[in-house]
Amino acid sequence: MRLFRIKGGVHPDERKGATRDKTVVAAPLSARLYLPLQQHIGAPARPVVKAGDRVKKGQLIAEAAGPVSAALHASTSGTVEAIGPCPVPHASGLKGAAITLVPDGRDEWAEPMPPLPCDAAPEAIAKRVAEAGIVGLGGATFPSAVKLNLRERHALDTLVMNGAECEPFLTCDDRLMRERTDEVISGVALMARALGVARTLVAIEANKPEAAAAMEEAAAAHPGIAVARVPTRYPMGSEKHLVHTLTGRETPARALTADIGVVVHNIATAYAVHQAVKLGRPLVSRILTVSGGAVAEPKNLEVPLGTPIADLIACCGGLTAEPQELLSGGPMMGQPLRSTDIPTVKGMNGILALTPADTRRGPAHACLRCGTCVAACPCGLVPLEIAANIRNGNFDTAVEAGLMDCIGCGSCAFACPSRIPLVQSFHFAKGHIAAQQRAQQRNEEAKRLVQQKGERQEKLAAERRAMMERKKAAAAKARRAATEGAAE
Amino acid sequence: MISQRPFVAGPFAHDVRTTPMVMTWVMIALAPATVFGLGLFGWPAVYLFAVTVASAVLFEAVCLAIAGKPLRATLADGSAVLSGWILALSLPPWAPWWIGVVGSFLAIVIAKQVFGGLGQNPFNPAMVARVALLVSFPLEMTRTVAPRPIFRSDAPGVIDSLAVTFGFGGHIDMDAVSSASLLGHAKTELARGVPLSQALSHAGSLADQLFGIVPGSLGETSALLLLAGGILLLALRIITWHTPAALLFGVLAPATAMHLIDPERYLSPLTHALAASTLFGAFFIATDLVTSPVTRAGQLIYGTGCGVLIYVIRTWGGYPEGMAFAILLMNAASPLIDRWVRPRIYGRDRKGRPLAVKPKEGR
Repeated sequence: MRLFRIKGGVHPDERKGATRDKTVVAAPLSARLYLPLQQHIGAPARPVVKAGDRVKKGQLIAEAAGPVSAALHASTSGTVEAIGPCPVPHASGLKGAAITLVPDGRDEWAEPMPPLPCDAAPEAIAKRVAEAGIVGLGGATFPSAVKLNLRERHALDTLVMNGAECEPFLTCDDRLMRERTDEVISGVALMARALGVARTLVAIEANKPEAAAAMEEAAAAHPGIAVARVPTRYPMGSEKHLVHTLTGRETPARALTADIGVVVHNIATAYAVHQAVKLGRPLVSRILTVSGGAVAEPKNLEVPLGTPIADLIACCGGLTAEPQELLSGGPMMGQPLRSTDIPTVKGMNGILALTPADTRRGPAHACLRCGTCVAACPCGLVPLEIAANIRNGNFDTAVEAGLMDCIGCGSCAFACPSRIPLVQSFHFAKGHIAAQQRAQQRNEEAKRLVQQKGERQEKLAAERRAMMERKKAAAAKARRAATEGAAE
Repeated sequence: MISQRPFVAGPFAHDVRTTPMVMTWVMIALAPATVFGLGLFGWPAVYLFAVTVASAVLFEAVCLAIAGKPLRATLADGSAVLSGWILALSLPPWAPWWIGVVGSFLAIVIAKQVFGGLGQNPFNPAMVARVALLVSFPLEMTRTVAPRPIFRSDAPGVIDSLAVTFGFGGHIDMDAVSSASLLGHAKTELARGVPLSQALSHAGSLADQLFGIVPGSLGETSALLLLAGGILLLALRIITWHTPAALLFGVLAPATAMHLIDPERYLSPLTHALAASTLFGAFFIATDLVTSPVTRAGQLIYGTGCGVLIYVIRTWGGYPEGMAFAILLMNAASPLIDRWVRPRIYGRDRKGRPLAVKPKEGR
């Protein structure tokens, strides 16, 4: 099939060799599971259990709070110990609300939801996906049901399944596609049905020939599903760029891919959809890669949600060295983790313990204006210019130069020979601008309130004046009547 | 395990290449032409080269100390060595020592550190020095000598050479050894009304020009070795083809046209390509990262501009060699080019407006 070229991109060392041939194994059950209420984009889930409740695996423990939210289920059977602050994966290092579950070791399933038939209505599939608490498992963690309902507002024609897995080290999607091919394809077909699209393209980077071959074979039975081997180039997995590569359509700035008729879902999400729709099982576990130079035995693990990262690392033989960086996700866009007490959450596709040899971090040098970042940027930005403006405090100029069009992929900072922390600078500026906007909003709101108060007071005063006038008039009238009466 | 150190945002992976590495590769690429030049012009050239590079590093160190910047870390980026090196290659090989020192001062202090150091200078430091020296000391800066390979008997020895560079220890009659470069010779003869066919009748053979066994600046004579260095940089992707190719096009296109019109008045494109600084400028000067545009399209414009200006200055200007002037003029235009020529932002049109939402397109 014809592919379209996109601008920019880089070729980081793949480093997938450590785990690409490692079969997915089940992680052992931890002594305690911590299930944060916020594992998705949107409102935190609302707990429906209380401390001391006994729950079974797959039982709803927190419900979606609003249209953009996700339900949460017990990832094993056991007792709810507490609902309160726990370490969560957040850059601030602050604690977040979580449900603590003490497993009873029986791993006993609750009664599954009834499986849906193959010809289930699109709405029924989307509803089930919502009930199962499924979110984008590629790391974006946007509630999947919301994206499956996009057909209601957009004219869709194509579903793109993202199996690019362009981040170095990570091989969990690769293994999933190779080991559970039929389930993945079944999930893909269900999602295509939910979206009502005729065409589905499964994008797999060319460095995963086994996965592509397996998926091609399984997809042969589905006329609407085609597998596309896309070039191995970061950030191929970026939604807009993947859609462009496959369809030649460019998503306008500030628009969604749905605006040009395409919806993108991750391949791991498809597997979860299959589990929910065909087996009636909610999302209670996920597959992730534990790797990096500091991990003794890198592995692909199927992990019950809520398992502390320390247990996963222990399961992989522990650390051979103090890692320079402990990450959730891939090295390009992953988030650093503050501690190993942090639990596994839905969006975690990898745990990486990286050594200095992995990161190649070094001292920053002066910008040579070499333009490497310009060539690397897949969004057509001039990163060095934006960064220079930010450094000089010219945030408005930085925005004019396209700061808000940056997808944060890190290609520029990866390629920069002077090791200038460009992404860091962009994050800083975006945060600064957001804070400015909030302050401005507050000012305007305060101004509005003051103005309203003034108006209100004026109105009251006017009313009071009017009343006084009326009273005065009435009194005068009464006096006049009295004098007239007396005169008679 | 709880980490307490402040977070740095990703990516947590980096390309192998670092800035000091880039500088080192440029030096490696320059090495063949440099060694050749030093051998060709003997011990005076070696002294001049050493003085120029050493004083460049010294001036850099002094400036860093005054500015309170980390000395060792900044010197380690190699940029001062490289600036001094490139300046030395563009000097007449038998120039006195103070030309090298003054040149290094101009390059490092005036053209670079005054603006804030590496990456901040609007003009190529070595070319600023070269032009300032040429304008200030025309005699010393245009006195090129005929090649005297270091191993030949008429080459000055280690001691005699001190006289050439430092003015003591021996005696060399500079007027006796002077020899104009090809471009300089052609220019003088044309000015006297001598047609080129006659003026160039006893110029060096094509092979001599190719290998660089001709009078000229210290490191600019060997077209072949400069080309080899350039190809190395291209192969390593330290530079891209855009600037050099555009520069050569800018020189060769007008040269070819004018030569076809009147071969007696206008030098052949081959002479221009092989002469003196064309390849040096194309691969090592115009490609200077700091002072050239950052976009590929911008580099094409910049390179072409450099090339055309080189040709114009060589042909109709007052100096036989126009490379340094041309580069400086285009350096000045670089920020303008970067402002005009920018990549299109993804999802936006050239003017920065979001693309219209038009579904069902592209296939």
